[in-house]
Parts: sequence; structure tokens; C-alpha cells
Amino acid sequence: MARVLLNIPRSARPGEVVTIRTLIQHGMETGYRPGADGEVLPRDILRRFTATYDGAEVFAAELSPAIAANPFLSFALVATRTAPLVLRWQGDNGFDQTETREITVAP
Amino acid sequence: MIAPRRLLLAAPALLLLPRGADASAEAMAEAVRGFTDGAEVRPGRVAMDISPLVENGNAVPLSVIVDSPMTEADHVRAIAVFNERNPQPHVITVRLGPRSGRAILATHIRLATSQNLLAVAQLSDGSFWSDRAQVVVTLAACVEG
Repeated sequence: MARVLLNIPRSARPGEVVTIRTLIQHGMETGYRPGADGEVLPRDILRRFTATYDGAEVFAAELSPAIAANPFLSFALVATRTAPLVLRWQGDNGFDQTETREITVAP
Repeated sequence: MIAPRRLLLAAPALLLLPRGADASAEAMAEAVRGFTDGAEVRPGRVAMDISPLVENGNAVPLSVIVDSPMTEADHVRAIAVFNERNPQPHVITVRLGPRSGRAILATHIRLATSQNLLAVAQLSDGSFWSDRAQVVVTLAACVEG
């Protein structure tokens, strides 16, 4: 399991726009860089990120080798009701990691 | 007699340089066409925030904000960022909607060299808007190793 840093508000008022910040530990090997032996290292990147909240996909990203190592992504969403926010990263070599955080919504 | 010979030697290089630059700009235009499906892209409504002078191309903070009320009737469907001179023209494509509340995206990107970046946003009415940025990179992202 790769380490993740998440900045998600634990609670919000209904209708409030909250900012989500995510960072995951991953080398994002581009596939263009030679290693110590001079051979080009094979590509190993995260290709897809999705955020699902309150039964719907609220944000999705397609990543490329131009994204820096340890991909940082920040986006916004409307807090509608108390529900889990499911973050999922998928990538090369079968990488698949899911993190879930509850957002409590109360007036 | 040296001067004409030097000119002769320089001539192929002069021919090659602009052609190389055109090829990468063309690759970016092709990638943009892939995103827009050939629709017209107008400048405006999109604000790309990136430092004009970057010391380290390995991790460059980039954010894109689109001027939109983000309602069911009028929202941003997708934002894509393209570059001119990395090995691949595509940087990132994100999909969002009225549930986002605010059309904002922030990430860290790699830049192989000084170049132009283009952010394109697709709105719910099907129109495309864009913003350009020119970035000077002093230490490139390690493409060579």
C-alpha cells in the first residue's frame, strides 16, 4: 500500500463547497528515462484517479507521464449529505488503491 | 573565405530548427483536436496559474480555474492541459460537473524544457475555452537520466 496524504474536511454545512487535497506516494516512472545501466526504465505511472461521493462520481482525472512523482491533486465538491468520499487511484502494473473518508454534513 | 563556409554549415541547422518546433506544436494541436473533436477553441473564461520562471521542472505547481457558476444548466464538463515540448503533448484531463461546486484543478507537473502550455475547458453547452502560459525552465525534468 502506497502512503497517502489527504486533506478533507471532516464536517461541512449542507451546500458548502469543500476543497479536497490528495497526495499519493508513487514514482510516476515516465518510460523515457534511462536507469543506471543505460537501459530505458519501463513506464510505471498512475493513469486514473476517481472521487466518488454520495453515490456519484464527482471528479475523475486521466494522468500522463507529465504528472510529477507523488501525484498531487486538488479539486472541489459540494457537500450534500453525510456520506463516504471514496478516492481511487489506478495505474500500471495493476496498481489499485482505494481510500475512504466520511464527510459529516450538518447545518 | 571562412564566412561563406560557416554559413553553408549553418544552413541545414537553420532549416531544421523551426521545423522541429513546428512538429511539437503540431503534436499539441493534434492532442487538442483529440479532446475537442475539432470544435473551435476560444481564448477566455479559463485562468491557468503557473510560475513563469521555474527552477525545477520535476514538480511545477499548476492550477486551472474556470469562470463558471457550476449549476446544472451551466457547468464545466472537463478541463485538459497540454504542453508543447515534453515527450507527450498530454498532461492531464479531468472530468467534473455541477457536483464540483467550483471549477478548479490543482496538481504538480513535469516540464522537460521551456515551453508553452495550453489549458482547455469544455462547458456544458459544448463550447471550448482556453488559456495559454509561457514557462521558462532552468532545470529540466530528467528525461535524459
